[in-house]
Amino acid sequence: MSPARRFPPAAQALIDGDRRALARLITGAENDDPGAREVLRAIYPHTGHAWLIGLAGPLGVGKSSLINALLAHVRSLGKKVAVVAVDPSSPFSGGSVLGDRIRLDRPPDDPGIFIRSMATRGHAGGLARATREVVRLLEAAGFGIVLVETVGSGQVDVEIRQVATTSVVVLVPHLGDEVQTLKAGLFEIADVFCVNKSDLPGADRARRDLAELASLGSVDPGWRVPVVATSTTIPSGIPELWQAIEAHEHYLDSSGKRLEGERRRLTQEILALAESRFVADLSRDPSLPRRVEPVLAHRIDPETAARRWWQERRKGRA
Amino acid sequence: MPAAKKQPPIRVLIAKPGLDGHDRGAKVVARALRDAGMEVIYAGLRQTPEAIVQAAMEEDVDIVGLSILSGAHMALIPKILELMRKERSGRIPVFVGGIIPDEDARQLRKLGVKAIFGPGASLEEIVKSAKRLAGRAS
Repeated sequence: MSPARRFPPAAQALIDGDRRALARLITGAENDDPGAREVLRAIYPHTGHAWLIGLAGPLGVGKSSLINALLAHVRSLGKKVAVVAVDPSSPFSGGSVLGDRIRLDRPPDDPGIFIRSMATRGHAGGLARATREVVRLLEAAGFGIVLVETVGSGQVDVEIRQVATTSVVVLVPHLGDEVQTLKAGLFEIADVFCVNKSDLPGADRARRDLAELASLGSVDPGWRVPVVATSTTIPSGIPELWQAIEAHEHYLDSSGKRLEGERRRLTQEILALAESRFVADLSRDPSLPRRVEPVLAHRIDPETAARRWWQERRKGRA
Repeated sequence: MPAAKKQPPIRVLIAKPGLDGHDRGAKVVARALRDAGMEVIYAGLRQTPEAIVQAAMEEDVDIVGLSILSGAHMALIPKILELMRKERSGRIPVFVGGIIPDEDARQLRKLGVKAIFGPGASLEEIVKSAKRLAGRAS
């Protein structure tokens, strides 16, 4: 087959490296436009090989500054790199202030860099709903490395693992005492630990604590999670951080884990997409208000109401 | 089929070209636009015209707001407008806040600036104008 002929013009522009087409398609993906969906369908066969590096960690640990340093380092190696920086939307107004760009300093005429800010728009987990789609658009436009900055994470904002091929968990000194309690959640998703602001007192302690945690094993028994100390003010540790990321990406290839991870991520993605359709479909079911009444009157419990609904719908379909 | 989809938020770039460090006005406006439901890309202080135009393109914003208090507006703003045209971003409406003498304001409007706000402008007025410029008059 010749995919080139069936290509929507916007998809062709994207693959040809038209940055404006890329920017518009990202907006389209964020807004779930039919045109962008068509492009995403067309480019999908051309995606799936990018290194998607996620940086997660609490508010203020220096994720944006690290990305800034990594950008310069990766560019010095001659690779194209894109950044997706996610910040929260207000639960009150729906608006947001996307301020990560302020720390990203780069020559404006360098076509090897593309930076985009995204708001969560009510999506939980530390990412925007359309992050995966945006990352695919960037890959199709030739950015083989995409750095994804999550919103400042709480302990359970671990959705980055559903997107990234390598997850870097960024911490700073004096979070050390929390290590034991933080172990479930954020600490579990790390492929690389980064102790940033390592010029501050307490950095050695934090590094030791994390190294100890890492030595107890990770979700992937074949990978020993490295701990890298960095400082963006000195600066130091940036090449080492990149080496650790590269080492993990190479491990994924040599161990066959890349495909395994991709299978896990795509399974989750399909499930989530199907789920949102089911939920939308269910919420429009005209029988729903009538089903609430007996529960409201405490004649039957919510679980029973849901189960009956489910069974009746299954019968109706069969 | 999803019925009557919600309109996506207006995306706006707020940037300060030039060398003055007075960013309070830009921050207050950024907040007000956020509270009006917009996605504000805050590019901050001391931005070059090239960086501002690049950000407007990559972020695919609906409007651009420039804050400038250094007196260099007649050098910087025409440069930004010209670069935007060159980069095929000429359709994006630009508004300006700062200390702009009337004569300069007339000039800037002629060059394509859609709205100019001085020290007396209310946030309500700025929000309303931003919505109108983004094609979402309420």
